[in-house]
Amino acid sequence: MTARLARLPWGLVVLAVAFFVPAAGSRFYTFLANDIVIWGLFATSLNLLVGVTGLVSFGHAAYFGIGAYTTGLLMKKLSVPFLLAFPAAGLLAGALALVFGFFCVRLTRIYFAMLTLAFAQIVWAICFKWNEVTGGEQGMPEIPYPSFDWIAGLPLVGGWRTAEYFYFLTLVMVGLCFWVLRRIVGSPFGRMLTTIRENAERAEFIGVNVRRYELAAFVLAGAFAGLAGGLFGIFNRGVFPDFAYWTKSSEVLIMTLLGGMGAFYGPAIGALVLILLNQQIVAYTEYWPFVLGTILVVLLFVFPGGLAGAVQAAARRLGSARRA
Amino acid sequence: MLEVRDVRKSFDGFLAVAGVSLRVERGQIAAIIGPNGAGKTTFFNLVTGHLRPDAGAVVLEGRDITGLAPHDVCRLGMGRSFQRTNIFPKLTVYENVQAAFLSHRGRGRDLWSRVERLYREETQALLGSLGLLERAEETSGFLSHGAQKQLELGIALASEPALLLLDEPTAGMSAAETRETIRLVERIARERSLTLLFTEHDMEVVFSIAQRIFVLHQGRVIAEGTPTEVRADPDVRRVYLGERR
Repeated sequence: MTARLARLPWGLVVLAVAFFVPAAGSRFYTFLANDIVIWGLFATSLNLLVGVTGLVSFGHAAYFGIGAYTTGLLMKKLSVPFLLAFPAAGLLAGALALVFGFFCVRLTRIYFAMLTLAFAQIVWAICFKWNEVTGGEQGMPEIPYPSFDWIAGLPLVGGWRTAEYFYFLTLVMVGLCFWVLRRIVGSPFGRMLTTIRENAERAEFIGVNVRRYELAAFVLAGAFAGLAGGLFGIFNRGVFPDFAYWTKSSEVLIMTLLGGMGAFYGPAIGALVLILLNQQIVAYTEYWPFVLGTILVVLLFVFPGGLAGAVQAAARRLGSARRA
Repeated sequence: MLEVRDVRKSFDGFLAVAGVSLRVERGQIAAIIGPNGAGKTTFFNLVTGHLRPDAGAVVLEGRDITGLAPHDVCRLGMGRSFQRTNIFPKLTVYENVQAAFLSHRGRGRDLWSRVERLYREETQALLGSLGLLERAEETSGFLSHGAQKQLELGIALASEPALLLLDEPTAGMSAAETRETIRLVERIARERSLTLLFTEHDMEVVFSIAQRIFVLHQGRVIAEGTPTEVRADPDVRRVYLGERR
């Protein structure tokens, strides 16, 4: 029973269910679901570094921000269509990750983390000050939605609002990104990254060029964060410097830890839980950060593998109980 | 096969390796012995690229490899095991050895294939020859110390080295495990016509399998030769064998 449950293609099931959220009829739920899906991608991109390669980045928001500004600028100021502006976010964020990563992977542990943070703050400062391009402190409001005219005319799928079409588009794009990321994590390249996490010294002596692989992971993680950012700018109807601020980096890191960095879908689960909790608890108390802190402390001590780790452990116990 | 010329290394003024030269011929089983702190591990790290020598040269099959990074040295046909067990603890036994195959065969840049089935036969064959096949799916970090050491040997062998450096392959093992491991090492070296250079504490082990022995003392080679010659050497008896008997 549990074995059969585990074999279900859960990613596809969740994706299919997600397509029906707008049908529930609440604009607010669609909004919330869209937020969760984008943050889920952002957190999963970070996990390529944290969970798979064992590199803790404190500055992952830099690439999210770059992606948001890239897509936003291209679509708003140059009227570039979404299908070009979206991949451009990944390309530019990846290119920047290549430059910053070149320096970061030369350092280890806390020094690596600090340097990623420093670079992210530089990105934030540029976004904050470069008024002519980024709109500076005021940001860049009114990013246009992609055009959905062609689809609204089609039978069966017509009749939704623009925000809902964008949600469907997000699902497709994020679904594709998840598929690619999953393949990468399960590839020989992904296994080499895992050996680095497990034991970098030994990895060197099975012939792995540790720095180069770390840099490759850094670039890929940055590129996918950029894609998430590109979507988020449109979703948010505007791009602002705080997308690249360190609080965003810490937020996405918390999601990753909360959900569990040992499982592929852990960080996405973390995004889901954190956003829903935030939304629920804020309605009752202004001490949301206090509640969050408490949850995190409990989780880190009781379930070091995060929520996904806890579920896996429970499933294993259930499985062995049945067999016994 | 391996020629080391006058390598030196000091740490903060302490001369750990003070000009060591040695030659290991193809197919030979050679050992480095010496008391604790003689510089054996430092010497290994100089040869494998983990440390850069202050002076001197390391030549592998006629090619100067001094100062190359470990991953390059590994690709040129040198394998090593470490004194403190050095495996990928959260991966299974199978995955540990498979990872070394993947890296050695240049598949690490493959971002798309599914990793599970690659080099399955090679990995299983190697695990079989090490007697680890039944434990292939176990998490390697939970194996006994002896089994982990054997696994580490497997990781080193998966890189298909011509020269294998083993840093105290039987450290921390029981007498029975030691005998078993040494038989295993000897058999594999013969089967694969490996050249072997190892350090070892256990004199019985060294004199039973080594064809050539180098005695390291305070960062220098004070004697070398066949087991019989080394055993008879008065310097060796004084600084080393004497201490232990």
